[in-house]
Amino acid sequence: MAGSNPNAKPMNLTLRVWRQPNRQTEGRIVDYKVKDISPEMSFLEMLDVLNEDLLHQGQDPVAFDHDCREGICGSCDLFINGRSHGPEKGTTTCQLHMRKFKDGDTITIEPWRANSFPVNKDLSVDRSAFDRIIQAGGYVSVNTGGAPDGNEIPIPKDIADRAFEAATCIGCGACVAACKNASAMLFVSAKVSQLALLPQGQVERATRVENMVAQMDIEGFGACTNIGSCAAECPVGISLENIAILNREFLTAKAASNNLA
Amino acid sequence: MNWFTKTFTSSIGRKIIMSLTGLFLCTFLVVHLIGNFQLFKNDDGVAFNVYSHFMGHNPIIRTIEWGLVLGFGFHIYEALMLTTRNKSARSHKYDQFHAEQNSEWTSRNMGILGSIILIFLLVHLYNFFWRARFGTLDPDINKNDDLYKLVVSSFHQWWYVLLYVAAQASLGYHLWHGFRSGFQTLGLNHRKYMPLIKNFGYAFAVIVSAGFASMPLYFFFFTNEKGALLSDMPAVLHQLTLAFN
Ligand code: HEM
Ligand code: SF4
Ligand code: FES
Repeated sequence: MAGSNPNAKPMNLTLRVWRQPNRQTEGRIVDYKVKDISPEMSFLEMLDVLNEDLLHQGQDPVAFDHDCREGICGSCDLFINGRSHGPEKGTTTCQLHMRKFKDGDTITIEPWRANSFPVNKDLSVDRSAFDRIIQAGGYVSVNTGGAPDGNEIPIPKDIADRAFEAATCIGCGACVAACKNASAMLFVSAKVSQLALLPQGQVERATRVENMVAQMDIEGFGACTNIGSCAAECPVGISLENIAILNREFLTAKAASNNLA
Repeated sequence: MNWFTKTFTSSIGRKIIMSLTGLFLCTFLVVHLIGNFQLFKNDDGVAFNVYSHFMGHNPIIRTIEWGLVLGFGFHIYEALMLTTRNKSARSHKYDQFHAEQNSEWTSRNMGILGSIILIFLLVHLYNFFWRARFGTLDPDINKNDDLYKLVVSSFHQWWYVLLYVAAQASLGYHLWHGFRSGFQTLGLNHRKYMPLIKNFGYAFAVIVSAGFASMPLYFFFFTNEKGALLSDMPAVLHQLTLAFN
Protein backbone atom coordinates (compact mmCIF):
# COMPACT_ATOMS: atom_id res chain seq x y z
CA MET A 1 0.00 0.00 0.00
CA ALA A 2 2.68 2.45 1.03
CA GLY A 3 5.01 1.29 -1.72
CA SER A 4 4.70 4.00 -4.36
CA ASN A 5 6.79 6.74 -2.79
CA PRO A 6 9.92 5.44 -1.04
CA ASN A 7 10.53 8.84 0.61
CA ALA A 8 7.15 8.93 2.37
CA LYS A 9 7.99 8.20 5.98
CA PRO A 10 5.41 6.05 7.78
CA MET A 11 3.74 7.57 10.86
CA ASN A 12 2.66 6.34 14.26
CA LEU A 13 -0.50 7.95 15.59
CA THR A 14 -2.75 7.97 18.61
CA LEU A 15 -6.45 7.95 17.78
CA ARG A 16 -9.17 9.03 20.18
CA VAL A 17 -12.27 7.44 18.72
CA TRP A 18 -15.90 7.74 19.81
CA ARG A 19 -17.22 4.23 20.53
CA GLN A 20 -20.93 3.69 21.08
CA PRO A 21 -22.54 0.24 20.73
CA ASN A 22 -25.99 1.46 19.62
CA ARG A 23 -28.48 4.31 19.79
CA GLN A 24 -29.72 3.49 23.27
CA THR A 25 -26.36 3.15 25.01
CA GLU A 26 -24.14 6.07 25.95
CA GLY A 27 -20.69 5.96 24.36
CA ARG A 28 -17.22 7.17 25.26
CA ILE A 29 -13.90 8.07 23.68
CA VAL A 30 -11.42 5.16 23.46
CA ASP A 31 -7.69 5.55 22.68
CA TYR A 32 -5.99 3.41 20.02
CA LYS A 33 -2.50 3.34 18.53
CA VAL A 34 -1.92 2.82 14.81
CA LYS A 35 1.55 2.14 13.40
CA ASP A 36 3.28 2.52 10.03
CA ILE A 37 0.64 4.72 8.43
CA SER A 38 1.73 5.92 5.01
CA PRO A 39 1.29 9.67 4.41
CA GLU A 40 -0.25 8.74 1.08
CA MET A 41 -3.17 6.90 2.62
CA SER A 42 -6.54 8.55 2.82
CA PHE A 43 -8.01 9.06 6.27
CA LEU A 44 -10.46 6.23 5.66
CA GLU A 45 -7.64 3.86 4.63
CA MET A 46 -5.96 4.71 7.93
CA LEU A 47 -9.19 3.70 9.70
CA ASP A 48 -9.22 0.48 7.63
CA VAL A 49 -5.79 -0.29 9.10
CA LEU A 50 -7.12 0.33 12.60
CA ASN A 51 -10.10 -1.95 11.93
CA GLU A 52 -7.90 -4.75 10.59
CA ASP A 53 -5.82 -4.51 13.77
CA LEU A 54 -8.98 -4.62 15.89
CA LEU A 55 -10.29 -7.65 13.97
CA HIS A 56 -6.99 -9.49 14.45
CA GLN A 57 -7.23 -8.80 18.17
CA GLY A 58 -10.77 -10.17 18.22
CA GLN A 59 -12.30 -6.76 18.93
CA ASP A 60 -15.29 -5.02 17.40
CA PRO A 61 -14.15 -2.81 14.49
CA VAL A 62 -15.09 0.87 14.46
CA ALA A 63 -18.26 1.56 12.47
CA PHE A 64 -17.99 4.54 10.11
CA ASP A 65 -19.93 5.56 7.00
CA HIS A 66 -18.33 5.55 3.57
CA ASP A 67 -19.30 4.60 0.06
CA CYS A 68 -17.72 6.16 -3.05
CA ARG A 69 -14.39 7.14 -1.48
CA GLU A 70 -14.00 9.70 -4.23
CA GLY A 71 -15.68 12.73 -2.70
CA ILE A 72 -19.06 12.56 -4.39
CA CYS A 73 -21.46 10.58 -2.24
CA GLY A 74 -21.19 12.51 1.01
CA SER A 75 -21.23 9.44 3.28
CA CYS A 76 -17.90 9.82 5.04
CA ASP A 77 -19.11 12.04 7.86
CA LEU A 78 -16.31 12.24 10.42
CA PHE A 79 -15.62 15.10 12.80
CA ILE A 80 -11.84 15.18 13.04
CA ASN A 81 -9.93 17.31 15.56
CA GLY A 82 -12.90 19.59 16.08
CA ARG A 83 -13.63 20.17 12.38
CA SER A 84 -16.01 18.63 9.84
CA HIS A 85 -13.95 16.30 7.61
CA GLY A 86 -10.78 17.42 9.38
CA PRO A 87 -8.40 20.31 8.91
CA GLU A 88 -8.25 20.61 5.13
CA LYS A 89 -10.55 23.05 3.34
CA GLY A 90 -12.89 21.81 0.64
CA THR A 91 -12.52 18.07 1.15
CA THR A 92 -14.52 15.12 2.34
CA THR A 93 -12.91 12.68 4.78
CA CYS A 94 -12.22 10.19 2.01
CA GLN A 95 -10.24 12.86 0.14
CA LEU A 96 -8.28 13.87 3.23
CA HIS A 97 -4.79 12.41 3.17
CA MET A 98 -2.61 11.41 6.06
CA ARG A 99 0.15 13.76 4.87
CA LYS A 100 -1.93 16.48 6.54
CA PHE A 101 -0.87 14.94 9.88
CA LYS A 102 2.49 14.46 11.55
CA ASP A 103 4.18 11.44 13.08
CA GLY A 104 3.19 11.24 16.75
CA ASP A 105 -0.06 13.25 16.36
CA THR A 106 -3.12 12.54 18.46
CA ILE A 107 -6.30 12.67 16.37
CA THR A 108 -9.78 12.92 17.88
CA ILE A 109 -12.53 11.38 15.75
CA GLU A 110 -16.17 11.98 16.62
CA PRO A 111 -19.49 11.48 14.85
CA TRP A 112 -21.54 14.45 13.57
CA ARG A 113 -23.25 15.88 16.65
CA ALA A 114 -26.81 17.06 16.16
CA ASN A 115 -30.00 15.81 17.78
CA SER A 116 -31.43 15.49 14.28
CA PHE A 117 -28.59 13.09 13.36
CA PRO A 118 -28.77 10.30 15.96
CA VAL A 119 -25.68 8.09 16.29
CA ASN A 120 -26.30 4.57 14.92
CA LYS A 121 -23.07 3.09 16.16
CA ASP A 122 -19.60 4.53 16.84
CA LEU A 123 -19.00 7.13 14.12
CA SER A 124 -21.98 6.28 11.95
CA VAL A 125 -24.94 8.66 12.16
CA ASP A 126 -28.46 8.58 10.73
CA ARG A 127 -28.88 11.48 8.29
CA SER A 128 -32.37 10.53 7.11
CA ALA A 129 -33.60 13.93 8.39
CA PHE A 130 -32.01 15.30 5.20
CA ASP A 131 -33.94 12.79 3.09
CA ARG A 132 -37.21 13.88 4.69
CA ILE A 133 -36.42 17.54 3.97
CA ILE A 134 -35.77 16.71 0.32
CA GLN A 135 -38.95 14.64 0.17
CA ALA A 136 -40.86 17.67 1.44
CA GLY A 137 -40.04 19.67 -1.67
CA GLY A 138 -36.54 19.24 -3.08
CA TYR A 139 -37.73 17.94 -6.43
CA VAL A 140 -39.40 19.03 -9.67
CA SER A 141 -42.41 17.24 -11.12
CA VAL A 142 -41.95 16.04 -14.68
CA ASN A 143 -44.92 15.13 -16.81
CA THR A 144 -44.93 12.06 -19.02
CA GLY A 145 -45.45 12.46 -22.76
CA GLY A 146 -43.19 13.43 -25.58
CA ALA A 147 -39.76 14.46 -24.33
CA PRO A 148 -39.26 18.23 -24.78
CA ASP A 149 -36.06 19.43 -26.40
CA GLY A 150 -33.81 20.54 -23.57
CA ASN A 151 -32.30 23.32 -25.65
CA GLU A 152 -35.69 24.91 -26.16
CA ILE A 153 -35.66 26.39 -22.66
CA PRO A 154 -33.23 29.32 -22.65
CA ILE A 155 -31.24 29.74 -19.43
CA PRO A 156 -28.57 32.45 -19.19
CA LYS A 157 -25.13 30.96 -18.70
CA ASP A 158 -24.44 32.70 -15.37
CA ILE A 159 -27.79 31.52 -13.98
CA ALA A 160 -27.10 27.98 -15.14
CA ASP A 161 -23.67 28.17 -13.51
CA ARG A 162 -25.07 29.35 -10.20
CA ALA A 163 -27.75 26.69 -10.22
CA PHE A 164 -25.09 24.12 -10.96
CA GLU A 165 -22.90 25.36 -8.11
CA ALA A 166 -25.85 24.96 -5.74
CA ALA A 167 -26.59 21.55 -7.21
CA THR A 168 -23.16 20.25 -6.25
CA CYS A 169 -24.26 19.81 -2.62
CA ILE A 170 -23.60 16.16 -1.77
CA GLY A 171 -25.80 16.13 1.34
CA CYS A 172 -22.89 15.22 3.59
CA GLY A 173 -24.08 17.18 6.64
CA ALA A 174 -20.72 18.83 7.31
CA CYS A 175 -22.55 22.16 7.50
CA VAL A 176 -24.81 20.95 10.31
CA ALA A 177 -21.90 19.31 12.11
CA ALA A 178 -19.71 22.43 12.02
CA CYS A 179 -22.46 24.88 12.95
CA LYS A 180 -22.61 26.02 16.56
CA ASN A 181 -26.41 25.91 16.22
CA ALA A 182 -26.55 22.60 14.31
CA SER A 183 -28.44 24.47 11.61
CA ALA A 184 -29.27 22.87 8.26
CA MET A 185 -29.78 26.16 6.45
CA LEU A 186 -26.87 25.73 4.03
CA PHE A 187 -28.08 22.31 2.92
CA VAL A 188 -31.68 23.47 2.51
CA SER A 189 -30.62 26.69 0.80
CA ALA A 190 -28.54 24.82 -1.78
CA LYS A 191 -31.53 22.84 -3.02
CA VAL A 192 -33.99 25.74 -2.77
CA SER A 193 -31.82 28.15 -4.73
CA GLN A 194 -30.77 25.56 -7.31
CA LEU A 195 -34.41 24.92 -8.22
CA ALA A 196 -35.57 28.54 -7.78
CA LEU A 197 -32.97 29.67 -10.32
CA LEU A 198 -34.10 27.25 -13.03
CA PRO A 199 -37.29 27.39 -15.15
CA GLN A 200 -38.05 23.77 -14.30
CA GLY A 201 -38.30 24.71 -10.63
CA GLN A 202 -40.93 27.42 -11.01
CA VAL A 203 -44.05 25.24 -10.78
CA GLU A 204 -43.43 24.19 -7.17
CA ARG A 205 -41.36 27.24 -6.26
CA ALA A 206 -43.50 28.59 -3.41
CA THR A 207 -44.70 25.29 -1.93
CA ARG A 208 -41.17 23.91 -2.12
CA VAL A 209 -39.59 26.50 0.13
CA GLU A 210 -42.56 26.56 2.52
CA ASN A 211 -42.58 22.80 2.94
CA MET A 212 -38.82 22.31 3.10
CA VAL A 213 -38.41 24.98 5.79
CA ALA A 214 -41.33 23.54 7.75
CA GLN A 215 -39.74 20.08 7.60
CA MET A 216 -36.33 21.51 8.57
CA ASP A 217 -37.94 23.00 11.69
CA ILE A 218 -39.82 19.79 12.51
CA GLU A 219 -36.56 17.84 12.34
CA GLY A 220 -35.19 20.08 15.12
CA PHE A 221 -32.24 21.71 13.37
CA GLY A 222 -31.11 25.03 14.86
CA ALA A 223 -31.66 28.47 13.35
CA CYS A 224 -29.00 30.28 11.38
CA THR A 225 -27.08 33.13 13.02
CA ASN A 226 -24.97 33.79 9.93
CA ILE A 227 -21.77 32.50 11.53
CA GLY A 228 -20.45 30.98 8.33
CA SER A 229 -18.80 27.84 9.73
CA CYS A 230 -21.02 25.84 7.36
CA ALA A 231 -19.77 27.46 4.17
CA ALA A 232 -16.18 27.38 5.43
CA GLU A 233 -16.38 23.62 6.03
CA CYS A 234 -18.53 22.64 3.05
CA PRO A 235 -16.49 20.25 0.89
CA VAL A 236 -17.97 21.61 -2.35
CA GLY A 237 -18.01 25.30 -1.41
CA ILE A 238 -21.76 26.06 -1.21
CA SER A 239 -21.80 29.78 -0.37
CA LEU A 240 -23.75 31.85 2.16
CA GLU A 241 -25.38 33.71 -0.73
CA ASN A 242 -27.64 30.67 -1.04
CA ILE A 243 -28.94 31.22 2.50
CA ALA A 244 -29.88 34.78 1.55
CA ILE A 245 -31.69 33.38 -1.49
CA LEU A 246 -33.48 30.87 0.75
CA ASN A 247 -34.63 33.65 3.10
CA ARG A 248 -35.81 35.71 0.15
CA GLU A 249 -37.67 32.76 -1.34
CA PHE A 250 -39.25 31.99 2.02
CA LEU A 251 -40.40 35.57 2.63
CA THR A 252 -41.86 36.04 -0.83
CA ALA A 253 -43.55 32.62 -0.75
CA LYS A 254 -45.09 33.33 2.65
CA ALA A 255 -46.22 36.79 1.62
CA ALA A 256 -47.64 35.90 -1.79
CA SER A 257 -48.55 32.21 -1.99
CA ASN A 258 -52.19 31.14 -1.84
CA ASN A 259 -51.44 28.76 0.98
CA LEU A 260 -53.43 29.91 4.03
CA ALA A 261 -52.51 26.98 6.27
CA MET B 1 -51.95 28.34 13.62
CA ASN B 2 -52.65 30.47 10.58
CA TRP B 3 -50.06 31.27 7.91
CA PHE B 4 -49.03 34.50 9.63
CA THR B 5 -48.18 33.05 13.03
CA LYS B 6 -46.62 30.03 11.30
CA THR B 7 -44.34 32.35 9.32
CA PHE B 8 -43.12 34.29 12.32
CA THR B 9 -42.68 31.31 14.63
CA SER B 10 -40.61 29.43 12.04
CA SER B 11 -36.85 29.59 12.47
CA ILE B 12 -36.43 31.90 9.46
CA GLY B 13 -39.42 34.04 10.49
CA ARG B 14 -37.95 34.60 13.94
CA LYS B 15 -34.66 35.57 12.36
CA ILE B 16 -36.44 38.07 10.18
CA ILE B 17 -37.96 39.73 13.24
CA MET B 18 -34.52 39.67 14.89
CA SER B 19 -33.06 41.38 11.88
CA LEU B 20 -35.79 43.99 11.37
CA THR B 21 -35.77 44.97 15.04
CA GLY B 22 -31.96 44.95 15.16
CA LEU B 23 -31.65 47.23 12.15
CA PHE B 24 -34.40 49.48 13.54
CA LEU B 25 -32.41 49.75 16.77
CA CYS B 26 -29.41 50.80 14.68
CA THR B 27 -31.36 53.82 13.41
CA PHE B 28 -32.23 54.69 17.00
CA LEU B 29 -28.54 54.56 17.92
CA VAL B 30 -27.74 57.13 15.25
CA VAL B 31 -30.33 59.59 16.57
CA HIS B 32 -29.34 58.99 20.17
CA LEU B 33 -25.66 59.45 19.43
CA ILE B 34 -26.06 62.66 17.45
CA GLY B 35 -28.31 64.17 20.14
CA ASN B 36 -25.94 63.23 22.92
CA PHE B 37 -23.01 64.94 21.24
CA GLN B 38 -24.44 68.12 22.75
CA LEU B 39 -22.94 66.94 26.03
CA PHE B 40 -19.62 68.15 24.63
CA LYS B 41 -20.81 71.74 24.43
CA ASN B 42 -19.02 73.71 27.08
CA ASP B 43 -22.19 75.54 28.13
CA ASP B 44 -23.05 74.07 31.53
CA GLY B 45 -25.46 71.68 29.80
CA VAL B 46 -28.02 74.26 28.69
CA ALA B 47 -28.34 72.95 25.12
CA PHE B 48 -28.34 69.32 26.24
CA ASN B 49 -31.15 70.01 28.71
CA VAL B 50 -33.24 71.75 26.05
CA TYR B 51 -32.75 68.71 23.84
CA SER B 52 -33.69 66.22 26.58
CA HIS B 53 -36.72 68.28 27.50
CA PHE B 54 -37.85 68.10 23.88
CA MET B 55 -37.20 64.35 23.68
CA GLY B 56 -39.13 63.80 26.91
CA HIS B 57 -42.17 65.93 26.07
CA ASN B 58 -42.71 66.01 22.32
CA PRO B 59 -45.79 63.83 21.53
CA ILE B 60 -44.30 62.46 18.29
CA ILE B 61 -41.10 61.42 20.04
CA ARG B 62 -43.14 59.93 22.88
CA THR B 63 -45.07 57.82 20.34
CA ILE B 64 -41.91 56.63 18.60
CA GLU B 65 -40.64 55.71 22.05
CA TRP B 66 -43.21 52.92 22.14
CA GLY B 67 -41.81 51.62 18.88
CA LEU B 68 -38.45 51.50 20.57
CA VAL B 69 -39.86 49.56 23.52
CA LEU B 70 -41.43 47.07 21.10
CA GLY B 71 -38.22 46.90 19.08
CA PHE B 72 -36.15 45.99 22.09
CA GLY B 73 -38.89 43.70 23.40
CA PHE B 74 -39.15 41.66 20.21
CA HIS B 75 -35.40 41.63 19.63
CA ILE B 76 -34.74 40.24 23.09
CA TYR B 77 -37.69 37.84 22.98
CA GLU B 78 -36.64 36.37 19.63
CA ALA B 79 -33.02 36.20 20.79
CA LEU B 80 -34.21 34.07 23.69
CA MET B 81 -36.42 31.82 21.57
CA LEU B 82 -33.72 31.27 18.93
CA THR B 83 -30.94 30.72 21.44
CA THR B 84 -32.94 28.07 23.30
CA ARG B 85 -33.82 26.41 20.00
CA ASN B 86 -30.20 26.42 18.92
CA LYS B 87 -28.96 25.07 22.24
CA SER B 88 -31.40 22.17 22.13
CA ALA B 89 -30.39 21.25 18.58
CA ARG B 90 -27.18 19.71 19.94
CA SER B 91 -27.51 18.32 23.44
CA HIS B 92 -24.47 16.05 23.14
CA LYS B 93 -21.48 18.36 22.88
CA TYR B 94 -18.31 17.63 20.95
CA ASP B 95 -15.17 16.68 22.85
CA GLN B 96 -13.17 18.81 20.40
CA PHE B 97 -14.90 21.72 18.66
CA HIS B 98 -12.79 24.28 16.82
CA ALA B 99 -15.22 26.82 15.41
CA GLU B 100 -12.55 29.49 15.94
CA GLN B 101 -10.77 27.95 12.92
CA ASN B 102 -13.69 28.57 10.58
CA SER B 103 -15.61 31.62 11.85
CA GLU B 104 -15.42 34.96 13.65
CA TRP B 105 -15.69 35.23 17.42
CA THR B 106 -18.35 37.96 17.36
CA SER B 107 -20.68 35.90 15.19
CA ARG B 108 -20.63 33.05 17.69
CA ASN B 109 -21.20 35.22 20.76
CA MET B 110 -24.12 37.45 19.81
CA GLY B 111 -26.21 36.22 22.75
CA ILE B 112 -23.50 36.96 25.33
CA LEU B 113 -22.76 40.35 23.79
CA GLY B 114 -26.47 41.13 23.69
CA SER B 115 -26.85 40.12 27.36
CA ILE B 116 -24.09 42.54 28.39
CA ILE B 117 -25.89 45.26 26.41
CA LEU B 118 -29.11 44.30 28.20
CA ILE B 119 -27.54 44.63 31.67
CA PHE B 120 -26.11 47.98 30.67
CA LEU B 121 -29.46 49.02 29.27
CA LEU B 122 -31.28 48.34 32.56
CA VAL B 123 -28.74 50.34 34.60
CA HIS B 124 -28.70 53.10 31.98
CA LEU B 125 -32.49 53.34 31.81
CA TYR B 126 -32.87 53.39 35.57
CA ASN B 127 -30.21 56.03 36.13
CA PHE B 128 -31.06 58.47 33.35
CA PHE B 129 -34.41 57.70 31.77
CA TRP B 130 -36.33 56.71 34.88
CA ARG B 131 -35.04 59.51 37.03
CA ALA B 132 -35.59 62.11 34.30
CA ARG B 133 -39.11 60.94 33.54
CA PHE B 134 -40.42 59.93 36.94
CA GLY B 135 -38.00 61.42 39.47
CA THR B 136 -37.35 65.04 40.40
CA LEU B 137 -34.24 66.72 39.07
CA ASP B 138 -32.96 70.19 39.96
CA PRO B 139 -33.94 72.85 37.40
CA ASP B 140 -31.24 74.53 35.29
CA ILE B 141 -31.21 78.25 34.38
CA ASN B 142 -33.99 77.70 31.79
CA LYS B 143 -36.07 75.81 34.40
CA ASN B 144 -35.49 72.61 32.39
CA ASP B 145 -34.67 69.47 34.39
CA ASP B 146 -30.90 69.47 34.81
CA LEU B 147 -30.24 66.02 33.34
CA TYR B 148 -26.80 67.28 32.37
CA LYS B 149 -25.81 67.55 36.03
CA LEU B 150 -26.88 63.95 36.63
CA VAL B 151 -24.92 62.78 33.58
CA VAL B 152 -21.77 64.59 34.66
CA SER B 153 -21.89 63.31 38.24
CA SER B 154 -22.57 59.75 37.04
CA PHE B 155 -19.62 59.94 34.69
CA HIS B 156 -17.34 60.86 37.54
CA GLN B 157 -17.85 57.46 39.18
CA TRP B 158 -15.20 55.03 37.98
CA TRP B 159 -17.41 51.91 38.05
CA TYR B 160 -20.05 53.68 36.00
CA VAL B 161 -17.52 54.70 33.39
CA LEU B 162 -16.16 51.18 33.32
CA LEU B 163 -19.63 49.70 32.81
CA TYR B 164 -20.26 52.12 29.96
CA VAL B 165 -17.04 51.42 28.17
CA ALA B 166 -17.47 47.65 28.54
CA ALA B 167 -21.04 47.88 27.27
CA GLN B 168 -20.01 49.98 24.28
CA ALA B 169 -17.30 47.48 23.42
CA SER B 170 -19.96 44.77 23.49
CA LEU B 171 -22.25 46.87 21.34
CA GLY B 172 -19.44 47.42 18.88
CA TYR B 173 -18.78 43.70 18.58
CA HIS B 174 -22.52 42.97 18.44
CA LEU B 175 -22.90 45.34 15.51
CA TRP B 176 -19.65 44.23 13.85
CA HIS B 177 -21.43 41.00 13.05
CA GLY B 178 -25.02 42.12 13.49
CA PHE B 179 -25.18 44.82 10.85
CA ARG B 180 -24.16 42.63 7.95
CA SER B 181 -25.98 39.67 9.44
CA GLY B 182 -29.21 41.66 9.51
CA PHE B 183 -28.99 42.26 5.76
CA GLN B 184 -28.10 38.64 5.06
CA THR B 185 -31.12 37.46 7.06
CA LEU B 186 -33.44 39.64 5.00
CA GLY B 187 -31.99 38.04 1.89
CA LEU B 188 -30.16 41.23 0.95
CA ASN B 189 -26.91 39.60 -0.08
CA HIS B 190 -25.81 40.43 -3.58
CA ARG B 191 -22.28 40.06 -4.85
CA LYS B 192 -22.36 43.67 -6.07
CA TYR B 193 -23.48 45.25 -2.80
CA MET B 194 -22.37 42.92 -0.02
CA PRO B 195 -18.80 44.30 0.22
CA LEU B 196 -20.28 47.78 0.69
CA ILE B 197 -22.78 46.61 3.32
CA LYS B 198 -20.02 44.74 5.15
CA ASN B 199 -17.62 47.66 5.26
CA PHE B 200 -20.35 50.12 6.13
CA GLY B 201 -21.34 47.81 9.00
CA TYR B 202 -17.78 47.64 10.32
CA ALA B 203 -17.46 51.43 10.20
CA PHE B 204 -20.89 51.83 11.77
CA ALA B 205 -19.97 49.49 14.64
CA VAL B 206 -16.74 51.31 15.38
CA ILE B 207 -18.09 54.86 15.07
CA VAL B 208 -21.22 54.23 17.14
CA SER B 209 -19.51 52.38 19.97
CA ALA B 210 -16.53 54.73 20.09
CA GLY B 211 -18.90 57.71 19.95
CA PHE B 212 -20.92 56.56 22.95
CA ALA B 213 -17.84 55.49 24.88
CA SER B 214 -16.22 58.88 24.34
CA MET B 215 -18.80 60.59 26.57
CA PRO B 216 -18.12 58.92 29.93
CA LEU B 217 -14.39 58.94 29.15
CA TYR B 218 -14.45 62.65 28.35
CA PHE B 219 -16.18 63.64 31.57
CA PHE B 220 -14.15 61.29 33.74
CA PHE B 221 -10.75 62.33 32.46
CA PHE B 222 -11.14 65.82 31.07
CA THR B 223 -13.73 67.75 33.08
CA ASN B 224 -14.32 68.93 36.62
CA GLU B 225 -17.31 67.88 38.75
CA LYS B 226 -19.49 70.42 36.98
CA GLY B 227 -18.62 69.25 33.48
CA ALA B 228 -16.37 72.18 32.56
CA LEU B 229 -13.24 71.26 30.66
CA LEU B 230 -10.21 71.24 32.99
CA SER B 231 -8.04 74.29 32.32
CA ASP B 232 -4.79 72.32 32.19
CA MET B 233 -6.03 70.23 29.29
CA PRO B 234 -4.19 70.41 25.96
CA ALA B 235 -5.32 73.19 23.65
CA VAL B 236 -6.52 70.71 21.04
CA LEU B 237 -9.33 69.54 23.35
CA HIS B 238 -10.45 73.11 23.93
CA GLN B 239 -10.63 73.56 20.20
CA LEU B 240 -12.63 70.34 19.88
CA THR B 241 -15.24 71.47 22.39
CA LEU B 242 -15.38 74.83 20.68
CA ALA B 243 -16.30 72.97 17.51
CA PHE B 244 -19.46 71.77 19.26
CA ASN B 245 -20.46 75.30 20.32
C1 HEM C 1 -30.76 44.30 24.56
C2 HEM C 1 -30.08 43.28 24.43
C3 HEM C 1 -29.77 42.59 23.14
C4 HEM C 1 -29.71 41.25 23.02
C5 HEM C 1 -29.96 40.24 24.12
C6 HEM C 1 -29.38 40.94 21.64
C7 HEM C 1 -29.19 39.67 21.14
C8 HEM C 1 -29.02 39.35 19.83
C9 HEM C 1 -28.89 38.03 19.31
C10 HEM C 1 -28.87 36.74 20.13
C11 HEM C 1 -28.77 38.11 17.98
C12 HEM C 1 -28.71 36.92 17.07
C13 HEM C 1 -27.49 36.76 16.35
C14 HEM C 1 -27.76 36.68 14.90
O1 HEM C 1 -28.88 36.33 14.51
O2 HEM C 1 -26.87 36.96 14.14
C15 HEM C 1 -28.82 39.49 17.64
C16 HEM C 1 -28.75 39.97 16.37
C17 HEM C 1 -28.73 41.29 16.08
N1 HEM C 1 -28.77 42.34 16.96
FE1 HEM C 1 -29.00 42.22 18.93
N2 HEM C 1 -29.23 42.08 20.95
C18 HEM C 1 -29.47 43.13 21.83
C19 HEM C 1 -29.41 44.45 21.54
C20 HEM C 1 -29.18 44.94 20.30
C21 HEM C 1 -29.04 46.33 20.00
C22 HEM C 1 -29.10 47.47 21.01
C23 HEM C 1 -28.85 46.40 18.65
C24 HEM C 1 -28.67 47.57 17.75
C25 HEM C 1 -28.73 48.76 18.01
C26 HEM C 1 -28.87 45.06 18.11
C27 HEM C 1 -28.71 44.76 16.78
C28 HEM C 1 -28.71 43.50 16.24
C29 HEM C 1 -28.62 43.18 14.84
C30 HEM C 1 -28.53 44.16 13.68
C31 HEM C 1 -28.66 41.78 14.74
C32 HEM C 1 -28.59 40.97 13.45
C33 HEM C 1 -29.89 40.37 13.09
C34 HEM C 1 -29.69 39.17 12.23
O3 HEM C 1 -28.66 38.51 12.29
O4 HEM C 1 -30.57 38.84 11.48
N3 HEM C 1 -29.05 44.19 19.14
N4 HEM C 1 -28.97 40.24 18.79
S1 SF4 D 1 -24.17 22.31 1.87
FE1 SF4 D 1 -22.05 21.52 1.74
S2 SF4 D 1 -21.66 20.81 3.84
FE2 SF4 D 1 -23.88 21.03 3.69
S3 SF4 D 1 -24.65 19.02 3.07
FE3 SF4 D 1 -24.31 20.17 1.16
S4 SF4 D 1 -22.22 19.62 0.55
FE4 SF4 D 1 -22.41 19.00 2.69
S1 FES E 1 -17.01 8.25 0.81
FE1 FES E 1 -18.21 9.26 -0.74
S2 FES E 1 -17.73 11.33 -0.35
FE2 FES E 1 -16.37 10.32 0.98
